[in-house]
Parts: sequence; structure tokens; C-alpha cells
Amino acid sequence: MTGWVYAGSATLIQVVTVGLGGPLLVGLMAKVKARAEGRVGAPVVQPLRDLRKLATKERLHARHASPVLALAPVVIVASTTVAVAISPLVSTRPLLGSSADILAVVYLLLTGSAAAALGGLDVGTAFGGMGASRAMTIGALAEPALLVAVIALSLPSHSSNLPRIMASTLAHPDWVLGPSRLLALAALVIVVIAETGRIPVDNPSTHLELTMVHEAMTLEYAGSELALVTWGESMRVGLLFSLVANLFVPWGISTHATVLSVVVAVASLAAKTMLVALGVALIEVRSAKLRLFRLPELLAGGFVLSVLAVVTGLVTR
Amino acid sequence: MIGATRRSEEVSPEGLRRRVADLLAEGRRLALVAAHDDGDALRVVYLFTSGAPDERVELTLRLDPGHPTVPSLSGLSFSASRFEREMRDSYGVEPEGHPFLRPLVRHQHWPEGWYPMRRGADRMPAPPTETTSYPFVEVRGTGVYEIPVGPVHAGLIEPGHFRFSVVGETILKMTARLWYVHRGVERMFHGEEPAAGIAIAERISGDSAVAHSLAFCLAVEEAQGLDVSPEARNLRSLLVEMERLVHHVDDVGALCNDVSFAVAHARAMVVREKLLRLNEALTGHRLLRGALGVGSTRVRTLPSEATMREIADAFEDVVSLAVSHSVVVDRFEGTATLARSDAAALGTVGPVARASGLEFDARRDHPLVAGHFTPVTQPAGDVLARFTQRVEEFRASIDLVISRVRDATRTESPPPSPRDARGSGVGLVEGWRGVVAHRVELDRDGRLTRVRVVDPSFFNWPALAVALTDTIVPDFPLTNKSFNLSYAGNDL
Repeated sequence: MTGWVYAGSATLIQVVTVGLGGPLLVGLMAKVKARAEGRVGAPVVQPLRDLRKLATKERLHARHASPVLALAPVVIVASTTVAVAISPLVSTRPLLGSSADILAVVYLLLTGSAAAALGGLDVGTAFGGMGASRAMTIGALAEPALLVAVIALSLPSHSSNLPRIMASTLAHPDWVLGPSRLLALAALVIVVIAETGRIPVDNPSTHLELTMVHEAMTLEYAGSELALVTWGESMRVGLLFSLVANLFVPWGISTHATVLSVVVAVASLAAKTMLVALGVALIEVRSAKLRLFRLPELLAGGFVLSVLAVVTGLVTR
Repeated sequence: MIGATRRSEEVSPEGLRRRVADLLAEGRRLALVAAHDDGDALRVVYLFTSGAPDERVELTLRLDPGHPTVPSLSGLSFSASRFEREMRDSYGVEPEGHPFLRPLVRHQHWPEGWYPMRRGADRMPAPPTETTSYPFVEVRGTGVYEIPVGPVHAGLIEPGHFRFSVVGETILKMTARLWYVHRGVERMFHGEEPAAGIAIAERISGDSAVAHSLAFCLAVEEAQGLDVSPEARNLRSLLVEMERLVHHVDDVGALCNDVSFAVAHARAMVVREKLLRLNEALTGHRLLRGALGVGSTRVRTLPSEATMREIADAFEDVVSLAVSHSVVVDRFEGTATLARSDAAALGTVGPVARASGLEFDARRDHPLVAGHFTPVTQPAGDVLARFTQRVEEFRASIDLVISRVRDATRTESPPPSPRDARGSGVGLVEGWRGVVAHRVELDRDGRLTRVRVVDPSFFNWPALAVALTDTIVPDFPLTNKSFNLSYAGNDL
């Protein structure tokens, strides 16, 4: 395989893996929660079936919707897809991997969040506005923690380029259990739970409109547009879980151009993300939703952890 | 001491306020106000109740046929002001001096001047094509916005519209617009044989089948002059407690669900299902329908003490799971506090009132069976207090059920003995939501001419709005669940 073919096919495989795997991770978490509650639960593939069903359904717009309503789902999916394509998930050398600066990935995700919030605001209903306002508040609190945690991760490898962080972690396995890494991991888990709207921050399975954060923004969507928004959200789950898994345990990722290494990489990515999903689902089962005004305390805790990660990283270097 | 005394007095419009002020000052509570259309004129009955000894005092006011008005009691009792608004919409009785005459039962599509409870108003005329919207009070100020919710909600929730005025996330004011499920239940009773009324009473609010049908039976028995046997009273008390158990465990689980603590909810639903199946074994119906008759009570079997202890243990597991979770307790504690003074002023009843420190319980004041009953109360008045109140009432009900089972000598009550028939009667029952009141009148042929139903939710809905002040919007569903009021029972 030549470099270009390898990079191109790795990128394609990443997009397909996360595109299909994201919804499956969401289905897996729902299954774990159902089992913990003593229910059988829907099959793990249910989110994919829902997407297929929604995709064939009619899209409806409120009378005074602007083009933003229709544009937002496309932006959400597109920005997430680009982030998935350039991040080192299956291979350390995807197309445009050199631009996979961690800041770029974070801001691609943020573009999706902003689009979701604008889509929620567009029709002008009380619920959409409420959801958007809450999502932006949580986002603004989670972002500093995320950025500082990322700085902690980039310290040892002197680079904020994701492929390079992973490559250097592969070369120095002892970094993984360093105090700086572990603190950054704790901070990232909090951020990921907030960014993917899981309990204790948000409850993705609630029907109570007044308590919703993310779901409130999607209430005005129907049919294929709802499918896009939901799909974008699941891909985001897939991407964030994969990044957390690969940043801390990169082993299994394909570093050279062989078919076998790519197959192993996909399998190990699936296994690692399933473990992350299992962990997040168990956190969800064990916790209750925090009072909205307690969320700043949780996210501030995440920020403190990430600052400690940086400080420890600088001291122990 | 079992057996209530009820006396009736005629009052003049001029003397009404003073008489009511005296009765309230004696510590009696306004339990029910019922208007009646006697054909030639309208008549209003005010029922005041007090406990230990169980006394009921009725004031009857005959209205001017050409000009049906009553002097408003809104200055004396908040509940009276709501009863008056209800009478105005259903009977066209104008309360004079009422400060807040907005429609209550009446929705905008009702034609002007059409009163559904008046004689001859059998069919609703075609609704007007032009309607105005309900005049919600608008809160003004920088950053104040409104959130309209409902009447159609997600999930299995009855219809009701809530209008929130909010700054940021803090609720400044909440107005509940109800009566979307007004079915004209009271009118359905008219002209029926009393025995046929039981099936209607069981369906007033499906989750309070026993409380409503028992209150109805008690009222009919007083009107017909029937003295039910102690065996029947014992079984009736058992059924009321079984109903309380199911719904209290349901509420405990639902409160956990509303803070997304799904595991505790799922476990509570297991206990609930066990109780529902037990109820089916008892009466042939999961919601305990069909056990009550006028003058009689019959169950198929009795629950064993061991079964009740097993259920109690499973319930304690759910409770300890919830109260040992710091986030759950944090969500409950200090949320939507209903002050004792507000609860008293609004005429709140049931677990909601007791969670705010008010002692009133119809099981103490209007007992079904002999023996002393001491209600439990909580001082705090927040969501945690309403949660704890239900937990403690559940425990007390388990003990009550066990003692009723011990006292039960047979599963079918002996026939009632006759006493003076009065033509009218009152039934008061402490259902799981609070006191249910029915007042019936019979004609010479023994058919129902008027049944007035008051569900505890009628008294408690205004308290929800008061408790919400300064609560944040995402805590509304939790607060609403901690009150868990009936829409069907309120709307009738």
C-alpha cells in the first residue's frame, strides 16, 4: 500500500466505524442501563434502526423557521465527520492527520454544538431557547477544563498534534500511569459526560421537557433532519469515547500500512470504546441527575483536576 | 367513637358571612360547597367538618330565583373563593364581592351564559367561532420570559396547561390552567340508582377508585339510613390502605425517576406490581374496583401477614437506596418549600399538608373504624418532606393492613341494619391524596338527584403554584411529582 492509499482508506474506515459504531455505543449504554434496572431493554442496534426509520420520514418545519433550522443538522454532521476523519482513531496517519491539532478537533466539535444551539433557538419556542441556553452554559464551563486537560496531555510530547501525542505514548508506555495522565483522564471523563449529555449532567432518555438540555434543542426536528441531529450526536459520542480511549491506551492503533494492522486497529478500537461506554453507563446507573445549579461545581472540579494535571506534568517532567 | 353527627341550618344571605366566620373560628374546615338546581330556585349548601367528635355542620342558602347571587366568602376562606368560581361557571351563581372572578371550570369555547349544571342544559350548544384566550397575568420586567407547557405533555400525564414566568431559570410565577378533562361526572350520577353510582365513582379518578367509591357509599348509606356492620367497616379500611400502599410506592419511585435515579424507580415499580397483583387477588381488579357496595363490602381473599411484611421489606430497600444517595437527597432537600402558614391558608389537605406540618387526617377526624389514629407529619414542607411523608405513611399503612387482616372475621360483610333515612348524606374518606368528600341527595324514589364530589386535588393545586416560587424551572417536574395531584379528580 502506498502512503496515500493507506491514509485515504484509513480515513474512510474511521468515518464508517464511528458513523456506525457511535449509534451502537449509544445502544450499548441503553442496554447496560436497562439491565441494571432489571429490564431486558431494546437491542443494541436499536439506535441504528431508529435512524433508518427516521431517515424515511417526512421533515416538518415550523411556519416561521429560517434556513438555519435546516442548515444546523448538516453542520452538526459535517463538522463531526471532519473531526472523525482527521483524528487518529484507527490509524495514526489518517488524511490531513498533520492538521489534527487537538485544538482543531475541539473547535470542530464546538462548531457542532453551536449549530445545535442555533437550530434550537431558530423557531423561537421556549423549550428550544431553554435547551440552547443550558447547553451553552454547560459548554462554556466544560471547555476550559477540556483545553487545560489537553495541554497536560501535550506536555510530554511537546506537541498538540493528536497523532504525535499517540505516537509518543506508544513509544513511552510508562507515561500512561503517570499522575499527570491520570488526573487529565479524570478531568476528561467529566468533560465527556457533560459534552455527550449523560447523567449526572443531562438525561438523554427523559420525557420531561423542562429538565432537558440537549433533547430540548432537538424538539423542533422531525424525520430525516431529526435523524441527522441524532446521528451527529451519536458520532460525537463515538469520537469522544475513541479519543479518550486512544489518548490513554493507544495500543492497537494502526501505525503502518498493512491490512492486518487496520483490522486489528478497528477491533481494538471497538473493544476500547465499548469499555468506555460500559464505564459511562455504570456511572449513569450509579448517579442521579445533579441540580442544574450544581453543574458548575462538577465542571469546576473537572477544571481543577486538569490544572493539577498540568502542574504535575510540569513538576514531574 | 364511630358515627358522625350532621346538622343543617338555613342561613340568610345577610347572616352567611358571620355564621361562616364563627364556624371557621371554632376550628372547622370548609369541606365542600354544593349548588343545587331545584327547578324553581337555586340552593347552595356549605359543609363544614370537624374531628373528634366527628361533626358536620351544613349551612343552606336559598337564592333569589331571578337574581342568583351569594355573598362571597373569599375574605374568610381561600377554598371558598375557588368553590365560588366553580359555582359561577357551572351554575351561573354570581359571588358578590369576589376579588378574582376569572373562569375556573369554564374554558373559552363554552358559550357565554351556558351553565352545564342547570336543569335543561343537557347538550352543549355549538361553540362560538370567535374565542378569546385566557387572561394570564403577565409578569413584566427585564429578562422576564414566559414558558407555556401543555396541555398535551410527553409521557402518560393528564392534560393541564402551565404558564411559567421566569427570569433565567428561576420561576417568578406559575399559573396552572386545568379543567381540560372536565367530563361532567357529577351530572352523570343524576337520575341513577345509588348502586349504579358506585361504578361512576370508581372512575372519577382512576387511581382513587376506593377512596371515591367509599365516600360515595358512605354518603348514600347516610341518605338511605343504613348502618353498616363493623365487619364491613374493617374491610373498607383495609381497602383504603391497600390503595394508599400502591400509590405511595408509585410516588416514591417516580420521585427517584424524576432525578434520573432509574434503578430505585425500577425497584419501586417491582413493589408496586406486587401490590397491584395482590389487589387483583383481593378484589378481582388491580385498582381495587368492585369490592364496595351500598351497605356492604366483599373481598375474595385477605392478604397474609407474611406477604405484607415481604412487601414492606422490599419497600425499605428502595427507600434506603434513595436516601443513601447524596445527589438524590440534595435534589429533594430544600426544593419547593410549602410553608406551614401557606399550606394552612390555602386549605391544603393530605400528605402534602402533613409534609408541611398540618396534622389534619380524615382517618383521625372522621374514622371508619374504632381506635386511635395519630397522623405523622414533617416540619420542612420541601420535596424531601413530601417524600418522607409518603414513606412514613406507607409504613403506617402496612401496620394498619396487618391489624385489619387480624380483625377480619370473614371476607363478606353481613347486611346493614336500618336507621333514619335523611334523603341526603355526606361521605368523608382519607384517600392516598387526602380527604375525598361526597355529598348526595336522593329523591322520594331513592334516585340520585345531586352528587357533589370534591377531590383533595381541588384544594392542593393552588399550593403547587405557591411552593414553586423561587424554584428553578428544571425542578418543576420533581416538585409537581412530589404533589402528584389528580387532573381528572379536580376537573370532574
